[in-house]
Amino acid sequence: MRIHCPYCCTRGVEEFTYRGDATVRRPDLDAPEAAWVDYVYLRDNPAGPHAEYWYHAAGCHSWLVVRRDTRTHEIFSVQTASEVSEA
Amino acid sequence: MSSDRYSFLSVLREALRGQTGWKPAWRKATPQDSYDVVIVGGGGHGLATAYYLARRYGIRRVAVVEKSWLGNGNIGRNTTIVRSNYLLAGNVPFYECSMKLWEGLEQDINYNAMVSQRGVLNLFHNDGQRNAYTRRGNAMRLHGVDAQLLDASAVRRKLPFLDFDNARFPIQGGLLQQRGGTVRHDAVAWGYARAADRLGVDIIENCEVTGMRITDGRVEGVETTRGFIGAKKVGLACAGNSSRVAALAGLRLPIESHVLQAFVTEGLKPFIDCVVTFGAGHFYISQSDKGGLVFGGDIDGYNSYAQRGNMPVVEDVCEGGMALMPRIGRIRLLRQWGGLMDMSMDGSPIIDRTPVDQLYLNAGWCYGGFKATPASGLCFAHLLARDEPHPVATAYRLDRFARGAVIDEKGMGAQPNLH
Repeated sequence: MRIHCPYCCTRGVEEFTYRGDATVRRPDLDAPEAAWVDYVYLRDNPAGPHAEYWYHAAGCHSWLVVRRDTRTHEIFSVQTASEVSEA
Repeated sequence: MSSDRYSFLSVLREALRGQTGWKPAWRKATPQDSYDVVIVGGGGHGLATAYYLARRYGIRRVAVVEKSWLGNGNIGRNTTIVRSNYLLAGNVPFYECSMKLWEGLEQDINYNAMVSQRGVLNLFHNDGQRNAYTRRGNAMRLHGVDAQLLDASAVRRKLPFLDFDNARFPIQGGLLQQRGGTVRHDAVAWGYARAADRLGVDIIENCEVTGMRITDGRVEGVETTRGFIGAKKVGLACAGNSSRVAALAGLRLPIESHVLQAFVTEGLKPFIDCVVTFGAGHFYISQSDKGGLVFGGDIDGYNSYAQRGNMPVVEDVCEGGMALMPRIGRIRLLRQWGGLMDMSMDGSPIIDRTPVDQLYLNAGWCYGGFKATPASGLCFAHLLARDEPHPVATAYRLDRFARGAVIDEKGMGAQPNLH
């Protein structure tokens, strides 16, 4: 598997560190406990397209949001995490 | 007369009459309209659950539905290791229960599963690791589990060809559980299937669950590719795909699916007579009775349902192997494959009721499910039959995450790919 980093071009997956589902959002500090349990522990874990964080540890140190099919490992898109959060 | 029970006499009798009296190990069952219990997932855990339901709890109107063929999932994709060398109180009694069931399994189910208590040796390479393994060994012995701390010379007598004087990771000793070892994994599926079938359990292959019928918060059966099957109780035992199946009932689980790779080499004369694990990387190896070296390492580390992994982990596993035993460097790989792991948020499994009435969950086995097969089946059967947890599985609750009562052997936190 190779990931196309917006800054470093296409690099082997061994350069990246995985951080999981990129759709979970930290709740407000005063949110009910159930929202925090949901955020920390529960995941959709889909078989199919999945938005996920990868950190380019052995490259530019960018946090990336990769959209990837968990059934085939095909990568549809790669954006920087800041780009995604500003969108 | 057919040779239904396997024995020396049945082998002899069949030898004399041209092997004409053997029956299929299990029937090709067609689904009935309804059952007392439907188990989703015809892997080791599901089949063991069905067997213990029928055998120990007297519930025989049971179906096991499997989307593929029996044994195509993780029961046939693991590295066959069994052990009970755990540290935490929530885990040790459960895995020791499993170890004891392995010890009597073949007599119990009348099937040769090649249970081999050849020992599991975890090596350590520095003082900190020695302390950690001493603590683990003590925890095991306090729970009545066997454990022996070996020094470097004792390991050298056992496995003289390891790289003891490796410049970075010299071998200082190991923690040995002699009762651990290996079990022929396919035979576990076939043996449980045959034994459950003989007690009246229907094993329905090529039957994928596509939906759950739930009325007023209570499950009434499963929709499948072979039609609706009614059930008083439904048990999910489909680790690897637990999130997908639970989603059919509207549940979200504290689980990510990951891929774990395993490897077998060409056959060699016997030279590794136990299971060995490398303490300075993630690498474990044993030698099968056919002579192939069976080994593996870490999960790939990203969500996957692909049942195949990528090259960096292959490289990492092989580097671990070379650091431990350089003599395997020129052996050729014969097979390599991947299996899907339910990586839970604390690295420990779940055997519990769910928020849906009469729907039960057996999930989150991470990459330690094979060794747990008998106890998982027994405890899940207990839960399904009695509606209360088995005494050795009281900690495996689904709500433990919300309660902060996680069972985190590695102390990694809610990061599934690190467990």
